[in-house]
Amino acid sequence: MNRQYQSQLAVLKDGVSAGTHGLSQWSGRRVAITGGTSGLGLALVKELRSRGAEVAFIARHRDRVERVSAETRAHGIVGDVSKKDDIHPIALQIVGRLGGLDALVNNASSLGPVPLALLADTECEDFELALATNVLGPFRLSRALLGALAASARERGSAVVVNVTSDAAINAYAGWGAYGTRKAALAHLSRIWNEEMTAQGIHFVAVDPGDMDTPLHAVAVPDADPATLKRPEVSAGEIAGMIAGALFEREPCASSARESEAEAAVAR
Amino acid sequence: MIVADQPRQRPPDAKLLIVDAQGRTSHASRSTLIDRLRPGDLVVANDAATLPASLDGVHAATGARIEVRLAARRSLATHDVRWFSAIVFGAGDFHTRTEDRPPPPLLVPGDLIMLGPLRAVVQRVLGHPRFVLLRFEDSPAAIWEGLARQGRPIQYAYMTTPLELWDVWTPIAGPPVAFEPPSAGFALDWHALSEMRARRIGFATLTHAAGISSTGDPKLDARLPLDEPYVIPVSTAQAIRRTRAMRGRIVAVGTTVVRALEDSAAINGAVPSGERVATLRIDSSTPLKVVDAILTGTHAPGSSHYALLAAFVDESTLKRMDRELDVRRYRTHEFGDSILVERCANRIAAAGSCAKKLVAA
Repeated sequence: MNRQYQSQLAVLKDGVSAGTHGLSQWSGRRVAITGGTSGLGLALVKELRSRGAEVAFIARHRDRVERVSAETRAHGIVGDVSKKDDIHPIALQIVGRLGGLDALVNNASSLGPVPLALLADTECEDFELALATNVLGPFRLSRALLGALAASARERGSAVVVNVTSDAAINAYAGWGAYGTRKAALAHLSRIWNEEMTAQGIHFVAVDPGDMDTPLHAVAVPDADPATLKRPEVSAGEIAGMIAGALFEREPCASSARESEAEAAVAR
Repeated sequence: MIVADQPRQRPPDAKLLIVDAQGRTSHASRSTLIDRLRPGDLVVANDAATLPASLDGVHAATGARIEVRLAARRSLATHDVRWFSAIVFGAGDFHTRTEDRPPPPLLVPGDLIMLGPLRAVVQRVLGHPRFVLLRFEDSPAAIWEGLARQGRPIQYAYMTTPLELWDVWTPIAGPPVAFEPPSAGFALDWHALSEMRARRIGFATLTHAAGISSTGDPKLDARLPLDEPYVIPVSTAQAIRRTRAMRGRIVAVGTTVVRALEDSAAINGAVPSGERVATLRIDSSTPLKVVDAILTGTHAPGSSHYALLAAFVDESTLKRMDRELDVRRYRTHEFGDSILVERCANRIAAAGSCAKKLVAA
């Protein structure tokens, strides 16, 4: 199980090292990104638009959504992925406006109360909210979009869901309890999703973008020197490369290979 | 039959009536559906997600409260969302049967209808005071958002609680283009799809904008189904070609899939990929060219869905099915039990009679 997951990551990394991808590959490809008005999400919207993808992004504040939408010509959708009642309206608008979906990036993340607190000082309600935003939200949205992703995988070979996690999902940092726990849950969720859906052509990957110079990081670690942090544009380029790897550079899956054989047999 | 009034897509006790190619009937738990399929079969489902097509609004000229049910659209293009045909009801909600709903105020071209954040103008009255062509005045982005926020799924008087969008989206729901759910697809879950793969049973989808299924008015109901756009993906057209070449069966999940496939094959029997508008009405006189079996719900005599079944089996078999569904207390409507009907040997198919096909199998 693990081996398979790692080999998949290796494929994705090859995708990155293979360098830039032609615009033509991206044209007509449809990507949705949750949280797209600041930090990594905004950088990803810009990166994927510059590569030629059709992009929809989801964020809570209408004014910011409209601003980014006007600037990037991406489809802006106002919504809150942590709210159960928002999920289907969001999914409806994503697939309605893009006409289908090849990739979903569950990037939206909220830090929760600051300054960061020890677990012993974390209110149960805050912990619950943290899980809702970062575990339930991506689970619900992925599930609502699974039909569209699977249709794309059948037609084009594969589809991908990228869940943005953090090294706090693996390493135990004091004060990062609620955040780290939910990111760990999201990472594990990605692995199980992937185990279950790869056969249908939908690949799930968890990605740690590194410590970036983003509004979220500035709130979490106010005294960090931005110069020591990764620029979100760099991480966005890496994630776009991973998506490209997943969408464009996969071997045809076993079943379609089988089907082509059958077709060849018929042709003979 | 009894009414399925709970929004459970896959109740564990769901039943399945099976009608084989000789017209013999048998009964099973729907959870054993996959055992009725054979390696080499191709299951084709409609992956349309259901729009929240019911909108509460106000008729600007009179101030009257109305309910607008979007009924059909001319294409599936993402930006082509300004024009809809719609059925309009007077005040009231889903607890009242559509047959008993009051008519809307007199609608004439140019009338403005306020639907929450959206504004629509009546373009034409379509031969019936309840049936109009609407044009939304908003941008496509605003229309999508308005529908998502303001609309609700079309409701049914027999349900005890209002339906939410997640109740009416099948597990494989993709493009939101259906006006009522392609509910035969409720029977499929992802476990079933995995099992099919393991057993070398093919699975493919098309997207068919299933239109409104009933209007509460016999004159309007007689015009159903309305023209419905659909798109057949390249991979699905290929899978159908392969399956037919290898003598596998094409198993349609739902009446909309039958309509799309047979409409597409109307010209020369082949199923091409691409988008078209289904105008074909299927009844006892329609020779089925593509579909070998249908998985669908239990349909009431008189409906267009029921008429479609007559393309698969003869009248005496249909009557026998009705009796068995009654005696065995099958549940009916969207969330009801299912039937799996193979095209009867005495129904002519373009590729040869069913009997011939059975010999081949």
